[in-house]
Amino acid sequence: MLGDRHGELRLEGLGKTFGAVKAVDDVSLEIDSGEMVGVIGASGAGKSTLLKLINRLIEPDDGSVTCGPLDVSDLRGKALLEWRADCAMIFQHFNLVERLDAATNVLLGRLRRSPSWLSLVGWFSREDRLRAARALERVELLDFGLQRAGRLSGGQQQRVAIARALVQEPRILLADEPVSALDPRSAAAVMELLHKINREDDITVLANLHDLELARRYCDRIVAMRAGRVVFDGSPGRLDAAAIERLYRREGDAPPAAADWTDARKTTVA
Amino acid sequence: MRSAEDFDSAWEQARRDKRRTLAAGGAIVAALFAVSAWRSELDPVRLAEGLPGIVDYLRQTIPALRSAADLREWFWGLDRWLLLLAETLAIAFLATLLGTAVAALLSFSAARNLARSRWERTLTRRALELARTVPVLVFALIFVVAFGGGPLAGVLALAVHSAGSLGKLFSEVNENAGMGPVDSLRATGAGWAQTARYAVLPQSLPSFLSYSMLRFEINVRSASVIGFVGVGGIGQELYYAIRQFLYHDVGAILALIVLTVTAIDLVGEKLRGLVSDGGAIAP
Repeated sequence: MLGDRHGELRLEGLGKTFGAVKAVDDVSLEIDSGEMVGVIGASGAGKSTLLKLINRLIEPDDGSVTCGPLDVSDLRGKALLEWRADCAMIFQHFNLVERLDAATNVLLGRLRRSPSWLSLVGWFSREDRLRAARALERVELLDFGLQRAGRLSGGQQQRVAIARALVQEPRILLADEPVSALDPRSAAAVMELLHKINREDDITVLANLHDLELARRYCDRIVAMRAGRVVFDGSPGRLDAAAIERLYRREGDAPPAAADWTDARKTTVA
Repeated sequence: MRSAEDFDSAWEQARRDKRRTLAAGGAIVAALFAVSAWRSELDPVRLAEGLPGIVDYLRQTIPALRSAADLREWFWGLDRWLLLLAETLAIAFLATLLGTAVAALLSFSAARNLARSRWERTLTRRALELARTVPVLVFALIFVVAFGGGPLAGVLALAVHSAGSLGKLFSEVNENAGMGPVDSLRATGAGWAQTARYAVLPQSLPSFLSYSMLRFEINVRSASVIGFVGVGGIGQELYYAIRQFLYHDVGAILALIVLTVTAIDLVGEKLRGLVSDGGAIAP
């Protein structure tokens, strides 16, 4: 733990229901500034929804998110946009603007910090452009800066996305399945990079991961989710063979999932 | 490129080049505007002086309406007009249907990502261009000469034009379709037509429908206009009223046409809802 520079991120009783499915169900977590947390669990366990509840791309039904003294659930208008700039996000399928060059994609991370009327006509300060170029240098893609983002390989695109996140100068980085679409080598490179950013820039990282081994290797702390609930929270060391066995056995089990489904239906109908 | 500073100057150069291209394009558009404005006598003073004339003409087409009896008198020919309007709608509907069918069939050959050869694509695109650039009135006259006056000539003329414009729009929709499904269907051994039908059409169909509805509206209006050359429908009546200076009749007929187009728009909205995401009709 690197102390309380920005205050901790605190989720309390967070919940979100889509139709009849409780995607996130009463999740409470405290994440210290500077931690690197891996969120693991099967597809549909609610990992993506959890991250998007934090930057409010999805509005919660229940519970609250606070960061230090800041009540995130309460933010409106410009304050909400500031918060989103403060917790950058990267995505499974990169979500770059493929028709723009890589450097411009990185520059888009400065939009919240630029006057909108100037950015709309394509003007960015030299300082911002240099910042973007340095971010590209840091992810080792400076030589590809003028290529269209859509032409780059998956691993390169994800690194461009990370560079864009970096120029936001965020406190927190939300990574939604950042390596699921990548080959093992690119995946390792991206995880190394996230780890380095976490250590060197003191940015809190929350990463959804499919791959348990990657989570164990790179994260200080692992949170496991199943059917919207947190079922494990602790250091990788505590995730021993028995815990893993339990986790996998639970995930593979059909009956409890079916039971949850009917439970969710009842609560939403009522 | 060694440093961020070097990169920035290269980047700045690239941005300058892009701006120069944009400026050149803008200059061409401005020049074309100037020439066109001069040739079509676009004169701000004349425009300003003429505007009251438009208002005057429109005012003359609407009688004073003080009672329901006035309204009845304004729409004195309602029964006949509705019948003629129905004829116009039928012409427009048939033409849109025929045009859409031909356009949909050709749109796959005309799409850059789907055409099997450069020849196929070029030939289809040129044919579509021919179909849409010859004015509808010219086609209508040709068909009147060939098949005699009456609605058939109108249907054919509008269908040819619709096929031409919709074919171009549809092919561009197809070009924007994701190629993932195309690859996966080709990998199953599906033939070209099968791939077009199952990989591309489901993606393109909602846009096809939107464009067809828009084309139907345009065709209702065009069917009214080509009535002028004797293919029947409400257009012939409108032409007669304009020529005879029957201002109130012109106003009444125009009001009916506007109401019809509005009704089409409302129905079209519902239809699109059925086909697009989560709709009841699967393509």
